[in-house]
Amino acid sequence: MLDVKACIIRVGGTNCDFETKVALEDLGVKADIIHMNQLLKKRVNLEDYNLLVIPGGFSYGDYVRAGAIWGKKLAFKMRRDLENFVNEGKAVVGICNGFQVLVEAGILPGLSGLSNHPEVALATNSSAKYECRWVHLRYHSSRCRLLSKIADGKVLRIPVGHGEGRFVASKEVLDKIVELNLVVFTYCRPDGSPANGEYPYNPNGSMLDIAGICSGEGNVVGMMPHPERAYFGWQMPDWTLQDELAAYGDGRIIFESIVDYIKGL
Amino acid sequence: MIALRTSWTRCVGDYWLTPQKISTKWRCGPLINIYRKLNFPFEIYEINILEADDIALMKISSDTGAGLSLEEMRAVKTYFKSEGRNPTDVELQTIGQTWSEHCFHKTFKGIVKTSDGRVIDNMFKTYIASVVKELNSEWCFSVFEDNAGIVDFVEGYAIAVKVETHNHPSAIEPFGGAATGIGGVIRDILGVWAEPIANIDVLCFGPLDYDYLKLPQGVKHPRYLFKGVVAGIAHYGNNMGIPTICGAIYFDEGYVGNVVVYCGCIGLLPKDKYFRKIKQGHSIILAGGRTGRDGIHGVTFASAELTEESEEKSRSAVQIPNPIEEEKLKRAIIRIRDEGLASGITDLGGGGLSCAAGEMANKYNCGAVVELSKVLLKDPDMKPWEIWISESQERMFIASPPENVKRILEIFEDEDVEAVEIGRFTDDSRLRVFYKGYMVADLSLSFLFNPPKVTRIAKIEKELEYDSKFEKPKDLNDILLKLLRAPNIASREVVIRTYDHEVKGMTAIKPLQGWRAGPNDAAVLKPLPSSWAGIVVSCGIKPSYGKISTYWMAASSIDEAIRNNVCVGGRRWALLDNFTWGNPEKADRMGSLLRAVEACYHIAKLFGAPFISGKDSLYNESPLGPVTPTLLITAIGIIPDVRKALTMDFKNPGNPLYIVGLTRRELGGSEYYKLLGLSGGLVPKVYEGARSICDKVIKAMDLGLIRACHDPSDGGIAVAIAEMSMASGLGAEIELSKVPLSEPMREDLALFSESNSRLIVEVRADKEEEFEQLMAGLPCSRIGRITRGSSLVVRGYDGKVLIDVSVDEMWRTWREALTLR
Repeated sequence: MLDVKACIIRVGGTNCDFETKVALEDLGVKADIIHMNQLLKKRVNLEDYNLLVIPGGFSYGDYVRAGAIWGKKLAFKMRRDLENFVNEGKAVVGICNGFQVLVEAGILPGLSGLSNHPEVALATNSSAKYECRWVHLRYHSSRCRLLSKIADGKVLRIPVGHGEGRFVASKEVLDKIVELNLVVFTYCRPDGSPANGEYPYNPNGSMLDIAGICSGEGNVVGMMPHPERAYFGWQMPDWTLQDELAAYGDGRIIFESIVDYIKGL
Repeated sequence: MIALRTSWTRCVGDYWLTPQKISTKWRCGPLINIYRKLNFPFEIYEINILEADDIALMKISSDTGAGLSLEEMRAVKTYFKSEGRNPTDVELQTIGQTWSEHCFHKTFKGIVKTSDGRVIDNMFKTYIASVVKELNSEWCFSVFEDNAGIVDFVEGYAIAVKVETHNHPSAIEPFGGAATGIGGVIRDILGVWAEPIANIDVLCFGPLDYDYLKLPQGVKHPRYLFKGVVAGIAHYGNNMGIPTICGAIYFDEGYVGNVVVYCGCIGLLPKDKYFRKIKQGHSIILAGGRTGRDGIHGVTFASAELTEESEEKSRSAVQIPNPIEEEKLKRAIIRIRDEGLASGITDLGGGGLSCAAGEMANKYNCGAVVELSKVLLKDPDMKPWEIWISESQERMFIASPPENVKRILEIFEDEDVEAVEIGRFTDDSRLRVFYKGYMVADLSLSFLFNPPKVTRIAKIEKELEYDSKFEKPKDLNDILLKLLRAPNIASREVVIRTYDHEVKGMTAIKPLQGWRAGPNDAAVLKPLPSSWAGIVVSCGIKPSYGKISTYWMAASSIDEAIRNNVCVGGRRWALLDNFTWGNPEKADRMGSLLRAVEACYHIAKLFGAPFISGKDSLYNESPLGPVTPTLLITAIGIIPDVRKALTMDFKNPGNPLYIVGLTRRELGGSEYYKLLGLSGGLVPKVYEGARSICDKVIKAMDLGLIRACHDPSDGGIAVAIAEMSMASGLGAEIELSKVPLSEPMREDLALFSESNSRLIVEVRADKEEEFEQLMAGLPCSRIGRITRGSSLVVRGYDGKVLIDVSVDEMWRTWREALTLR
């Protein structure tokens, strides 16, 4: 089995790296928080890792559009490294701002390889507000190879925290995404039935209630909700209802599954 | 850094006082007459203070924006007489900044003479600081000394806390004012080497439906301020990735002209990394954002009343927020801390470099030299005095042994943060400032940090004690629903959802409880992956009581903050005081302030809870009059095991409900009286025994007897139980006749009284006996039980149904009342 070594990459404005590291370390992963400057100056090599996490935050202030500046920097300054990393089948996970970055970099959905322009958008929430709330997410067994430990149709309770998370795409792109089976998570009602755009079940107005997608090869995944904030039982919103506190929350299975995938590489 | 002392030291005769009024403001361009331009290759003036009479002194103070009083200007004149020369503009500005109310807290540290013949020398020491002295709590790590109060936590860590006000800037520019309020208080936490982990915001506005036609010129509408301030707080906290976990919003007419914005921050500090060992010869590094013209004269602006012209005159006093800059700065500072490279740190807040450099040098018995031309600027044309006092955001002041400077600058570069060495600490107890090699200021620190003591007159007014007479309303269902949508009770969910309160994954008890967004009493953070210990954060604010008695307002605020803390399991409380008051030079304002300060001493001692930090914002006056006197109390408790923490929602149908604490006829300033349009009344007081109620309930929690706990506050017992019900979706049956009362009183009064020191507790059905035994000796009674039903039912003294409202109807009413639109 492969040792899992995670590179949690950051730049100015990244801010969910700490809790992501805590979650991964709990699973025995060697997780390093690495500033992109370290990779660009070749003080650290991306190839020494087999999991790349782009965590949440407001990279470069999310000026222009959320994730736009970092997305472009990644695509232009680290293109070769990233392509190698992805082509080797290693895992790339973008959470919240990380998802926005992967979209802006043209890596997701990447319908025909790395795109020079974003093929989809994570637009301003339809509520026109930042939304910090817990949502229900439905997992769809898809092209995604990182999350196969989760049962198809499983409902997970995980929080979102974003102002720009409304998944928008042209009809052709949307059709293609569905056709290729790239939708990994959708927002749903507590019983698992589709949110059908209804607020606040779908907190941002995403098309088809999309909360997360993967690449065609299935080893790059991006999602708006924050599983690292739902990793432990005491992080769940209603844990005080339980007589005995569960050790873990609903977000753990996502990290567990990613780790399993890498171990099997 | 060598520079020549140049000719400005003595040049009598080159200037003359002009009889006509100079209308041009200091920063608008070169001035004449009193001011003589020095023959330097940049713009700097000498000010002829030595020959100025009292009128001229006051003119100088006003022209330059120094904001000094006549007595202070005279002291400045005396000092420069002894130096045998006139000051430069840089020097006068330095004094103005350092001696401002904002920086020096002259009122709290001055002399107060009361109308009843007492003389109090240093109100702060006499009352606030003496609590901690008398309690002598060994867990207080650093109080009232540094940028933040610091108390012990666990495993070698300490908790640093600071709460600031940013009222004046928010009144002019709500988004920028509030955002920089958060930014500033986060830097206070960085300024004690702590990692900021959570934010607090407490906001007071005028009524959101205030008539536009009644707004005076220059006063912005409460709804505009509300939206701007909330957006500003969300922007800064969210962008920095610091969760906003605790707060309050209060509406009152008294805030129309004076918006109140309290910003707080909590940090985590490894105690062995608290570096405070500055010595002469150490380097001064300025890091972070560039210095600009934003934030000039912020402190003097904050120490004056708001007027019609404030908008135009003081816009430049409001800084521009850039949270990402501060995020990077934070990363670098934590790395510098962890590598142990620096010998000291402080933030650049009010007064900018002038205060930071002076205060640090003074504190460590050094002197300092600074070369202003090294400072990186947003605008290269800034004058030396502007660079020196600019309050531009996102800057930190770091001291280090010279040999570590290179490594420190490397770390800043790694994090994409600009930093430069701008000076050194010296051994001569003087503050010397250079610009392009020319000395532009040379002040003795002992002079700078010993301003003349001010004397304030306090008029102690007799508090009115009378109660209103009125008919009992027929429909109490209707009253309850109206209370639930009252501005000060309605759900704050729409606001709290725009604040990220989950980032960092430490928030074990959240501001909104569960899927129905119940109003939790306090937040609990679990900051260390290796420990179950938690930090409990709560606040108390009771402005409406202050209209009747500021003493009992302060007492009630302390009681509320502590009982909120208790509700989730917090103990070993440390307190922070934040006063927002009117002009202390007016005797009635000073009198009510003194009463509140006295209560702080008495009640904090009663609870055994020391003050560890605080801040006062005075001069909150506008064309509409003084601000409603406001005291925010923040309580920081700890809980040994967050798994034992409680939330306020009902848990199990069938469980009994108890009330602990006595209900009195105390409805003065209550939400019920406000709803009925009644004034007067007796305000809630705090009595002996308040502490033992808290201690016993905590004991019951630790023994696992309790499932939920919530305090009756605004709206009394009725609203408290309604909130527990709405948060869970469960009903309850209450018998009012079982509530322990201090005296017989009408049913509506018992339901809506806001007496302090009461807790409503859901006890485990099988632990009733144990609970009752534990509470023996306290006013405590079983008042009802939780039901599976869909409504809240309250029976009156005669057993007949007094209130019967659907839980969902209450929930909808309460949730939808406040909007952000």
